[in-house]
Amino acid sequence: MSKGFVRKIWLFYVDGFRSMTWGRELWLLILLKVFILFAILRLFFFRPAMAGQTKEEKSATVGNVLTGKIPANEVRKVE
Amino acid sequence: MEEALIDWSRIQFAVTAAYHWLFVPLTLGLAMVMAIMETMYVVKKDEFWKKTAKFWMKLFAINFAVGIATGLILEFEFGTNWSNYSWIVGDIFGAPLAIEGIFAFFMEATFFAVMFFGWDKVGKKFHLASTWLTGIGATVSAYWILVANGWMQHPVGTAFNPDMVRNEMISFWEVVSNPVAVTKFFHSIFSGWMTGGVFVVGVSCWYLLKKRETRFALSSIAVACLVGLVGGVATILTGDSSGVHVAKYQPMKLAAAEGLEDGGRKAAFSIVPGIEMPGILSFLATHDFNGFVPGVNDILLGYTSNDGERVPSVEEKMYRGKYAVAALEKYREYKDTDSEKASHMLDAFKKNEEFLGYGYIEKAEDVIPDIPVIFWSFRLMVGFGTLILLILVLVQFFHCRQKLQNMKWLQILALSAIPMVYICGQTGWVVAEVGRQPWTIQDMLPVNMALSSLSVGAVKATFFIFLAVFALFLVIELRIMLKAIVLGPVIEENSGNKVESGNGEER
Repeated sequence: MSKGFVRKIWLFYVDGFRSMTWGRELWLLILLKVFILFAILRLFFFRPAMAGQTKEEKSATVGNVLTGKIPANEVRKVE
Repeated sequence: MEEALIDWSRIQFAVTAAYHWLFVPLTLGLAMVMAIMETMYVVKKDEFWKKTAKFWMKLFAINFAVGIATGLILEFEFGTNWSNYSWIVGDIFGAPLAIEGIFAFFMEATFFAVMFFGWDKVGKKFHLASTWLTGIGATVSAYWILVANGWMQHPVGTAFNPDMVRNEMISFWEVVSNPVAVTKFFHSIFSGWMTGGVFVVGVSCWYLLKKRETRFALSSIAVACLVGLVGGVATILTGDSSGVHVAKYQPMKLAAAEGLEDGGRKAAFSIVPGIEMPGILSFLATHDFNGFVPGVNDILLGYTSNDGERVPSVEEKMYRGKYAVAALEKYREYKDTDSEKASHMLDAFKKNEEFLGYGYIEKAEDVIPDIPVIFWSFRLMVGFGTLILLILVLVQFFHCRQKLQNMKWLQILALSAIPMVYICGQTGWVVAEVGRQPWTIQDMLPVNMALSSLSVGAVKATFFIFLAVFALFLVIELRIMLKAIVLGPVIEENSGNKVESGNGEER
């Protein structure tokens, strides 16, 4: 890909954003939303429950949940 | 698992998904309308169609800007609130959702930008191609999401790995060509066309009511009414396929939607309680007036399906499910210490695996979803859908006879179809999602096992934060959208004299 082509694309976007009128309001809205989503909600409220665990640890965690609900008498039937 | 945690987690996810679905159908439908209008401009070489397309693109952009990234919140919730579920389905959803993310980003960043910034910078045909590709991109993007949703309704092409305690994909093709996903995709896309068509017809009728932008409004109606009608008829046809799939794979959902306690052959379709059409439910469910449709009690007690297959009672499924769960536990216990016992337990698990989810059901009645909610949501969807189609037929008829602009009552009716079409979309998803309760994955994973162990307070807090943020953005969108509609398009006659109002802003 030539440098000129990349520059053309860059200028296409820059000119597009510069010449916006009502679109600026929408971009502000998008930026505000993305900020709320990632800088507030994701950071402080939505941390993945199994973040930092390896695949084996995750399978062990979920395996314990899925098998820990069974009453003891049902387990004995299987044995 | 605490009931309150299940309820708050479900309502949080439901509100997020419902909010997301406010924007998606309009994006899909408006994309089709504006692409046709721009095609008219390129074919007829008439500037009027360019201005018309540009105005609807403006409304498309406003809707898109507020709707963008609302789907991301659902993915946040998967990891935080539904971590067990996320792990279990990660291998299946990873591919479709990654394709969707990459596809949506590149299509939107490229063609959306050309569509808005490229009017005077790229050739007419390239611009037209970009407009169509923006719509096609949004449509294909929706496909991957509905593949994920379709899999939860009817899991295919995967196998449960007891070592990793998750479902793994064994056939990508089977997952992406899942008949439930394909039908759901077309049903959703065509309902989007209907939404876009109704929105444009409704807004255009508002201009007619105000006696403004008459040529623009009538020309917009000509395109949008056709899109709405095609979308509406196709939504009915795909809804019929969807009904057959539900009857086959999720009979409890169908029984709930019909309020059918005891099923049978020649089952009647209930329009509203007390008014029934004999044999119609059997026909809709099986395409045979004599087809057997199980009711809630048949499903609880067991029945023989139309294929002659014996479907066990819920109690039996629960027993075998608990057996599968216990075998899984023992397999995991023995797999590193006693290979013979582990192999025996694995066999026991495999024999009962199809009922695994029932092992977590406490009592048989727990597999019955909320019947009144599903029953009435279904009727609202079908009722308003039929009414909208009738309105569109009338608009088309009188528009062809050039009488529409003098028919105030029909203009008001068409305008009132806008909230109706949103009710249709929302209640349709209520039927699909509330109807499959208690399952996160049909017959495999109930909601109580899919949840993360969080405090109810934390889920409540995020729910109310969402509600506040969503409401704020919705109000902002409606204000910007209404302002744009009131300002109106910039339309000029061929002579170049401005004949309609507008603010002159174009992007």
